[in-house]
Formats: sequence, structure tokens, C-alpha cells
Amino acid sequence: MAHSHTKKKSVVWDWLTTVDHKKIAILYLVAGGFFFLVGGLEAILMRIQLMGPTQEFVDGATFNQLLTMHGTTMIFLAAMPLIFAFMNAVVPLQIGARDVAFPFINSLGFWLFFFGGLLLNLSWFFGGAPDAGWTAYAPLSSSDLYSGSGVDYYILGLQIAGIGTLAGGINFLVTIINMRAPGMTYMRMPLFTWTVFVASALILFAFPALTVGLALLMFDRLFDTNFFNVAAGGNITIWEHLFWIFGHPEVYILILPAFGILSEVIPVFARKRLFGYTSMVFAVALIGFLGFMVWVHHMFTVGLGPIANAIFSIATMAIAIPTGIKIFNWLFTLWGGQIRFDTANLWALGFLPTFVLGGVTGVMLSVPSADYQYHDSYFVVAHFHYVIVGGVVFGLFAGLFYWWPKMFGTLLHEGLGKWQFWLFFIGFHLTFFPQHWLGLMGMPRRVFTYLPDQGLDEGNLISTIGALFMGVATIILLVNIFITARSKVRAGNDPWDARTLEWAISSPPPEYNFAQTPLVRGYDPLWVEKMDGRTELTPAEPLGDIHMPNGSIIPFIMSVGLFIAGFGFIGSNLPAILIGMGTTLVAMFFRSVIDDHGYHIHKEDLEKDLKEGK
Amino acid sequence: MKIWQKLSRIVPLFALLTLVLSGCGRDNLTALVPKGEGAEINYSMMMISLYIMIGVLVVVFAIYTYVVIKYRKRPGQENVIPKQTEGNHLLELVWTVIPIILLIILAIPTVITTFELAEDYSKDENAVKINVKAYLYWWDFEYPEYGVRTAQDLYMPTGERVSIALTSEDVIHSFWVPTLQGKMDNNPGEENVMWISANEPGVYRGKCAELCGVSHALMDFKVIALDRPEFDKWIEAMQAPPKEMTTPLAIEGQQLFESKGCIGCHAVGEQKFEMAGPNLKNFGEREVVAGILYYENEQEQRDQIANWLINTMELKPGNKMGKQVLTQDEVDALVEYLINLKVLED
Ligand code: HEM
Ligand SMILES: [Cu+2]
Repeated sequence: MAHSHTKKKSVVWDWLTTVDHKKIAILYLVAGGFFFLVGGLEAILMRIQLMGPTQEFVDGATFNQLLTMHGTTMIFLAAMPLIFAFMNAVVPLQIGARDVAFPFINSLGFWLFFFGGLLLNLSWFFGGAPDAGWTAYAPLSSSDLYSGSGVDYYILGLQIAGIGTLAGGINFLVTIINMRAPGMTYMRMPLFTWTVFVASALILFAFPALTVGLALLMFDRLFDTNFFNVAAGGNITIWEHLFWIFGHPEVYILILPAFGILSEVIPVFARKRLFGYTSMVFAVALIGFLGFMVWVHHMFTVGLGPIANAIFSIATMAIAIPTGIKIFNWLFTLWGGQIRFDTANLWALGFLPTFVLGGVTGVMLSVPSADYQYHDSYFVVAHFHYVIVGGVVFGLFAGLFYWWPKMFGTLLHEGLGKWQFWLFFIGFHLTFFPQHWLGLMGMPRRVFTYLPDQGLDEGNLISTIGALFMGVATIILLVNIFITARSKVRAGNDPWDARTLEWAISSPPPEYNFAQTPLVRGYDPLWVEKMDGRTELTPAEPLGDIHMPNGSIIPFIMSVGLFIAGFGFIGSNLPAILIGMGTTLVAMFFRSVIDDHGYHIHKEDLEKDLKEGK
Repeated sequence: MKIWQKLSRIVPLFALLTLVLSGCGRDNLTALVPKGEGAEINYSMMMISLYIMIGVLVVVFAIYTYVVIKYRKRPGQENVIPKQTEGNHLLELVWTVIPIILLIILAIPTVITTFELAEDYSKDENAVKINVKAYLYWWDFEYPEYGVRTAQDLYMPTGERVSIALTSEDVIHSFWVPTLQGKMDNNPGEENVMWISANEPGVYRGKCAELCGVSHALMDFKVIALDRPEFDKWIEAMQAPPKEMTTPLAIEGQQLFESKGCIGCHAVGEQKFEMAGPNLKNFGEREVVAGILYYENEQEQRDQIANWLINTMELKPGNKMGKQVLTQDEVDALVEYLINLKVLED
């Protein structure tokens, strides 16, 4: 039984109704982690099939489903929610806020993502998963002549999850603009918060393109419209544009917060201020801005002509400049520091060379006259795994080891962490380094098999062995989490000797975060206080009652409603559509009319907490 | 430090890797040994960008290695607080300006070659023109100027730029012959134009490079480059009326081909219009059966044709030929007929 200040609730009920950003962070972490395992399993099955030529471990149809679900799951259901986990866990604390701007919407965002992901994955049990690739190019995806019913699950699952993401993005924009503690000016904001800010703006502008594309696709599939039906005057290139207008910013939505994590971890473990803070902020904003101008580099072979290709090529190259600035700033943060090799920092240090290799092939890909060879070959598979795994996932692991004590109050086991790092790091390069060659030697991507005697056998074998290494590393992580959860060794407030606000309060923080809103006296506020010989923050207000929002089951019910309606649309089942939509609408109605004033935590309780050292 | 011992263990691993991969792949498939002007341009741009990027890598990795070794925390440093540098304008300017210069150096040849590769020979009277249409999972090649149509093996002359017009019957496919030229998409409802050229006669492997369904991986084709006189001979032979079958078994096969309905999808004689299946006029001269079944001699060729007729759907799942119900005798007769569909003199 969990205890709250107002009434007793069951544990399950507590998690279903929570609007506390710290608990929502844990929900995102668990759900995202689960989907990461699912996506990883799909990857390993594919790699086993490709271990040697003409193998029959899985057939072509199953392979295409694994392929589609691996990509879709990893991007939308693993990487995005894991980023949202850290956004939720850290950003309100870093800016000295008691919660996000809209706690109710925050919970709604999680449940929409969760039920969208669930719907997508249920396709495995109802006639097969989507099989048109995570890019779902029409008309392969838009007509059931060419693809299975799984694509319907892709459309509705992503549509529902996408609403959640959009809501989350808006929430964080408002939170960062409005809820900063006194003194936390924009140019004192920690870099992780900055990257979340820019990534949220990207979500706001990029996701609508996906929403529109998915809607068109849904109309074509479910209501026989002809947006992508060439015979009836439709146009297939529109989907590719809509998808990549969303899709390219999406990769920056993922990588920018990873950059942010690195910019928190490296200074702490080098015991130095981040080098070139101002240029880092500018670089992040510039990358976000340019991220919208380069989508056609995914479409160089579509036949848009040399003028379009050349313009988008140069715009793409331009992104390398702010990216390079960031790399050098990190290197010079390390320069002259006292580098500690705790697991969190190992991931950050593993990130640097790996991501640089991915960035370098990115510049190579931006040359259309060379990309005609790379495109849709294993070279591209190598490139984007270097940036997404070597960048985003390494960054997420750095964040996991770094913020775990803040989120759970315990420290992950360092020895197991290091084993996991080295196995994963070596496995990663074994898997993806040879794929550059495989692509150039003529192996297209998304193939379920390949013929012998094409010079592709050795590279594929090495690649599969590497993937197994990464699998073992992931199991070690699970063991680590299990052991850590059992051992219950408490971490202090500030186990890493860190620099930002979240480390000034207890681990995990009390539900109201800061008993008194802190006064921010400079960049790296905790460090500033430490340098002044203090261990606590300067408060900006006297101790007083704190107003807290009540939990609510309505976000859960609204999401269940859309989930049922989604099922209804897929099966063209009118009653299910009506029941589902009805549930959601009724829930929305109650949300509008119920006057929920929240509750107060009283000064006396706060004083008691403070005495207990919370 | 433990990390360095471990790192030093990875180095030989990578050396081994490069050794294994030091081959550049199969020489009529790999993009690393270009055999045509287009692939040469692709390759030169790969190399220019690679050299510039190796320069960047060397600098970054050198600084990285230096800082990680030099600035690790040593015992006794607990009370020394490192200098909290805010930044350095000169350094920051350097690593902004140098990349800009490098990228300008890269951008110039990029733009030039992008236009070069986009040159359009479709109106050029001297260029051979080929319409390439992609189908779920095979390729149709039409020579509109000569009234010739074939499938799976694209014949072209060496030493000249051949104009290729790409479309698709169904979903998006992509036409890729790595040794000769980078890829271009076959879009339904739109036509893309590109050119390819081959420096020397040979057989080059082509692949579909855009996910197009279950058998995407099996949508291979061949490009057969012949010297110009050879090519002209081939065109002439393709234009000639089909030869009569001579042996009784082949004649029986021909009748079966009609009575079993094969003729509904496959043209064998003069029909030059589009049909649902590949044109088989020169099927006996194909490099491989159905793009994927290789053979070395006539016996193996017969076996592979029979294999295809019996196991169509297992060999290429989802293909539009469908399962054919045939007895062993019928298969034998059809094989005899099909293997004799040849246009060139033996
Ligand atoms: C220096 C930075 C980067 C550059 C210059 C760059 C450039 C490119 C280019 C030109 C392509 C098109 C390749 C093709 O399909 O032919 C590409 C593909 C891709 N990139 Fe990047 N990229 C960069 C960073 C990133 C980052 C940070 C991510 C993700 C976190 C990313 C994810 C991807 C993905 C997923 C694809 C493959 C898309 C697909 O075909 O499915 N890239 N990149
Ligand atoms: Cu294809």
C-alpha cells in the first residue's frame, strides 16, 4: 500500500492515475524498456536469418514483418519513450519546478503512447504485423494488393501514439517557458533542458506531417480513397515527402536530447564546466532549424532532379558544422579535467568516437552523386545505426546510469555496468562496421536473404556474431537492474558530485520536488553553491503550503477508448468504433465539468519531511 | 588503467575485420570496382568525401585519445578543482571555419557530378534507349526504336551512354547495377530518366533496391554489355521471326505452352506489347532462370527450368505466376521447348 497525504490507494490504482512527472518518467522507462527488448529480439531474429546465404530460419513474409516492427518499435516505442522518460524525470527538477505545466496532459500523453504501442504490437496475433517497412512507402502500404492487414495496425497505432507524443512535446515547451525557478534564465538553463526544449519544438512542427500522411493512408486503406492510387490519378511521391518532412526532424528529436545527456554527463565526470556553453546552445538551435530543410536527402533517388538534389545536399552538409562544434566542445570539456570512468561516463566516452563515425558517413551520404550507390543499401543501415545506436542509445544508457540514483534512490552496479558497456560496445562495432562494406559490395537493405557466391557471406556472419554480443550485454543490464532493485543500497542526494539543481534534493525527490523554490544564482547552480561552500540551494521563497494536483483515471480511460476505437476501425466494426469513441468523449466531458482543485501539502508536513532529511 | 588494456584487445579484432573485408566483393556486383562511367563518377565522389572525412576523423580521434589518456583522474586530485573554462573564441572560430571550408571543397564537385549524372539522353538520336519497367518481382526491357522486348537480361552496347527510362507496374522498385551506375527508383505513374554505360563487355549483376514485397530480395537481373557489332547482331536476331521448333518433344512443349495457358502471360514470338509475365523470346539464352537460379551447363539449365516450373511459389513467394499444375512428362516437354527459345546462332 502506498501512502499519500490525502487518502490510501492501492499500488496499481496509484500508477494508473498518477500525474506526478517522476512516476510518469518511470512508466515511460518501463514501457520503453519493454519495447526496446521486443525490438531487440526482432533484430536478433533477423540477424540469425542473415547469418549465412539462403537460410530458411524465417520466411520472406515473416522477415518483412520483423523488419517493419523492428524499425517502428525502436523509433516510436523504444527511443522516443525512453527520451520522454528522462525528459519527465529530469527537466522539471533541472529548472527548479514542482511539476510540468499540465500534469493531466502528461499522464494522457503516456497512456496514449502506451495503448498506441499495444495496438501496433497486437497485430502479431491478428493476421500478421505490418510488412511495408517503417517508412511504409505507398503504394506498397496503401493497397491490400501489396501488403497485409498489419499496415492498418501501423496506421492506427502510430496515430494514437503520435497524439500522445504531440501532447508531450507541447507540455514540455510550456513547462520550460513558464515554470523556470527565479534566476533560471534561458542562458542558464542546463543543456539537457535546452535540447528537450528544441526537440519539443521539433515535435510540434514535425508530427503534424506524420498525422496528415497517416490520415491519407488510412483513408486509402479503409475507405478506398485514391490519394496514392496512381491509376485513379493519385500520387505516390506525396507520402515520401510527408513521411520525411516528419522523419528527418524525428531523428533530431531523438539525437538532440542524447546530445543533452552527454552535455550533462561529461562536465560532471570531467569535473569541469561545459566548454563553449553559448555555442552549444546555438548549435542545438541551428541543428533543430536545419533539420527541417534536409528531408529530401532521403529521396535522392526518387527522381526529383539535379537542382533539388543539389540544394538539399548542401543544406545537409551544413548540419555537419553545428554538429562538429558540439563534438569539439565536448572534447575540450574533457581537456584539462579530471576524468572519472564510471559507467555513465563510459557510455558518454563510447558515444563520442562512435557518433563521429556515423556523422562522417552522414556527410558522405549527403553527396547525391555518391548516395546513388549508398542509398537503400547496407551502407545506409550502417550509417543510421551508428547515429541511432551509437548516438541515441549510448546516450540513453549514459543517462540511465547517471540519473538512476535520482529516479530510484539506488546505484546500479558498476562492475556489471562495465561488462555491459564493453560487450555492447564491441558487439555494436562488430555488427555495424562490416555493413558499410556489405552495402558497397552490392547488398541492398531490407532483403530477407542473399545468394551465395556474391562476396557477402563473411561480413554477414561477423555482423550476426556482433548482434549476439549486444544481446548478451542487454541481458547483463537486466540482471543489473534486478540485483540493484533487490539490494536497496541507498544513494545519497548527489552521488556523482554534480552541478545542476536535481542533485540538490533527495533521491528520489519528494512528490513536491522542492520544499522551497530555489533561487538560481548562475549557470550550474548547484556547483555555484558548492563553490560558495554551501551544500544547499538558496531558497527563493519562505516555507509555505504547496498546492498539488490530484491524480486522475480519466487519461487512462480516454486512451482505452481510442484503443478500442482503433481496433474498431481496423476491423471495420461499427459498434467497437462507437463504444470506443463514446468512451473517450464521455471521459473528455467529465474532465471538462469536474472541478478538481487539487490538494495542499501543509507546512507542518513539509517541516517534518525536512527533519527526516528528505 | 583497465580500460586501456581492454581497448588494446579490440585493435587486433579490427585489423582482422579489415583483412576479411579487404576484398572488394564480387567483381560484377561491387560498387568498389566500377566498370562504367557512372559508377566511376560515384566512386570518385565516394573517395573525395572519404579522404576529407578521414582528415576530420584523424584530428578528432587524436584529440580524443590525448584527452582521455592525459586527463584521467589521478589519486590525490580530490582537492584540486580543475580550471572551469567557459570557452575560447579563437578555438571555436577555428572549428567552425575549417569545416565550412572543407564542405565548400566537397560541395563543388558534388554539384558538378550531380548534374553530370542527371544528363538526359532520351532525346539524343545517337543513344540507344531502353524502357525499363519493374513488376513484382521481375524486370521488363523494351527497345522502342527497334521494336524489341525482352526481360531479366538487359542487353546494351559498350562504350556509349544508354538512355534508360524507368517506370513500374505496381509498387516502387529501384534499378541498381552497382558496377555500372548508382540506383534510381521505378515509380508507378511517373517516368524517371537516367543513363548507364559499360566500359567493357561483360555480365553485370543488377538488383531491386526498394522494398517491394515478400520477394524483394529475389528481384535480381543482369546487364549484358556487348561490343557494338555484337549488340547490333542481337537486335537484328531479336527482330527476326521466331524459329520453328524441330524436335517432337519441343513441339509438344510448344503445344502445352498454349494449352496450359502460359501464352496468356508470356509472349514468345512477335508480340511486342506488354504482358503480365516476362517476354520469353530469348529465354534459352538467359544467364539465370527467374533472376535467381544459376546454372553452369545445359543439364543444370534444364534442371533449373524444371525446378522453376514445379516450385514457382516456393522459389519466389508471392510472385504473380502462381502454382502451375503439371505432370513430369509435361514439365519435360516444356523444358525442351523453353530451352530452345533462342535467337542467336549457336
Ligand atoms: C551529421 C549528421 C547527419 C547527416 C549529414 C546525415 C545524413 C543522412 C543522409 C544523407 C541520409 C540518406 C541516406 C539514404 O537513404 O540514401 C541519412 C539517412 C538516415 N539517417 Fe542520417 N544524417 C546525420 C545524422 C543522423 C542522426 C543524428 C540520425 C538519428 C539519430 C540519423 C538517422 C538517419 C536514418 C534513420 C536514416 C535512414 C533513413 C532510411 O532510409 O530509412 N542521421 N542520413
Ligand atoms: Cu522490387
